Amino acid sequence: MRRSTRKKLAQAAGFLALRVAMGLVLAVLVLFLYDIGSKGGGAISWEFLSQAPRRGMTEGGIFPAIVGTFLVTLITALLAIPLGMCSAIYLNEYARQTWLTRLIRLSIRNLSGVPSIVYGLFGVILFVNVLRLGTSILSAGLTLGLMTLPWTITASEEALKTIPDSYREGALALGATKWQMIRTNVLPYAVPGMLTGTVLGLARAAGETAPIMFTGAAFYLPYLPKSLSDQFMALPYHLYIMATQHHAIQQVRPLAYGTALVLIALVLGLNMTAVVIRYRLRRKRR
Amino acid sequence: MSPENLQVKIKAENLDFYYGATRALKNVTIECFDKRVTAIIGPSGCGKSTFIRTLNRMNDLIPGTRLEGKILIDGADIHAPEVDVVDLRRRVGMVFQKPNPFPKSIFDNIAYGLRINGMKDRRKLEETAERSLRGAALWDEVKDRLDDNAFSLSGGQQQRLCIARALAVEPEVILFDEPCSAIDPIATAKVEDLIEHLKTRYTVVIVTHNMQQAARVSDHTAFMMLGELVEFDRTERIFTNPANKLTEDYITGRFG
Repeated sequence: MRRSTRKKLAQAAGFLALRVAMGLVLAVLVLFLYDIGSKGGGAISWEFLSQAPRRGMTEGGIFPAIVGTFLVTLITALLAIPLGMCSAIYLNEYARQTWLTRLIRLSIRNLSGVPSIVYGLFGVILFVNVLRLGTSILSAGLTLGLMTLPWTITASEEALKTIPDSYREGALALGATKWQMIRTNVLPYAVPGMLTGTVLGLARAAGETAPIMFTGAAFYLPYLPKSLSDQFMALPYHLYIMATQHHAIQQVRPLAYGTALVLIALVLGLNMTAVVIRYRLRRKRR
Repeated sequence: MSPENLQVKIKAENLDFYYGATRALKNVTIECFDKRVTAIIGPSGCGKSTFIRTLNRMNDLIPGTRLEGKILIDGADIHAPEVDVVDLRRRVGMVFQKPNPFPKSIFDNIAYGLRINGMKDRRKLEETAERSLRGAALWDEVKDRLDDNAFSLSGGQQQRLCIARALAVEPEVILFDEPCSAIDPIATAKVEDLIEHLKTRYTVVIVTHNMQQAARVSDHTAFMMLGELVEFDRTERIFTNPANKLTEDYITGRFG
């Protein structure tokens, strides 16, 4: 009897510890969102979202930064999604599992841990200088794409691994070629999972500052980019400027908070997209 | 071996199979006859599944494996360079141990094999679906719900769906790899009836753990142990008067 009481106490204490840990995390998140929401909410207006900054960025909106972030994320997606998915298909379905493929896989995992500033500097060398793309949306998007690739490859490979081998064997046993098998009996079930991971990677890329600050993001542009080889304004970089580099930091603080709020909403929106994709996938599987 | 008019459909000659350094099949020589059921029995790990999977070259998919010896179907070597393995697998269908319907509708499961071969004609697909489902004794149970997901079927129905799916591509040989080990006795009885019926048109090879099943459905039985073919004969002989002491011990339940 006493022993069972002690066990129950230990269990209660354990649960309490877990709840406290969870509560702390949640509290930080709520505090964080409240702080930004309360200080930035006032700045949000139609004008703020639809107009360019004015008077040395002390007035006006962040429209060019929204457009810039959108465009650069698009380039990122165009590079990272097809290349990542194809690499994952190759690694998981075609490549023989040798020390070489293991090494490649390990390298890809490690690449996802490389600091983003390193990608930024690499992008300057490769895209801006060597490939002569200049500081542009293209350079910045490709740099972010490279940074996102390890994530999309890994996520896509994990999604492919969840497809049971019996689907593959069953298709092959009916006389399907390997590609037919992959196209008709693996990819349709793996793509939603692949997209989930990919969108999470894109959300992370959209919020990055370091990889774009040398490769194409501009301090201030009074006009929208006209082509992919133009410089651009981007939300994270704009926020960085407003928060640390501006000549009248106190004055623009509400605008900085507003920018932060928009950026968070954007990333959250992308993450929600991933959640929705995953939810629909799970429902379909049943 | 036999007075009946038997035609050899599949012949394995001095077959050796290796998983890396492990020799899973040792010098197996066996003949399976057209329009007959050949059962392969033996204790777990004796190589019977390995053997049946060599017949449609399913083991090609496992890295680090190696095959020596010959497998002839209608006298032609299935490992000859001009043989297209995709074509071979269409001729030699397979039903797996665990029912493996695809997460598609019942109809799309049946149509799968035809569609990958370029068949688009909806009417022909429907005809084949009906014929295959009838052939697998499943038509009456599913005819009103062909668009339902195959996962909504019971385990036994799923296995018969897999049989129907294999029939749809009109193979010459059907391989059953312990087809009843994951389904209940009633479903098992249905599948056994079906196999009995299938042999009027196809060459059937079945791997089974269940000796009664082998006795019930097969014409010839091969007993394997530790990768070797111990004895191969007409089923009634194997079960009434086996030549080999090991066979006798196994079928009388002294080990296994």
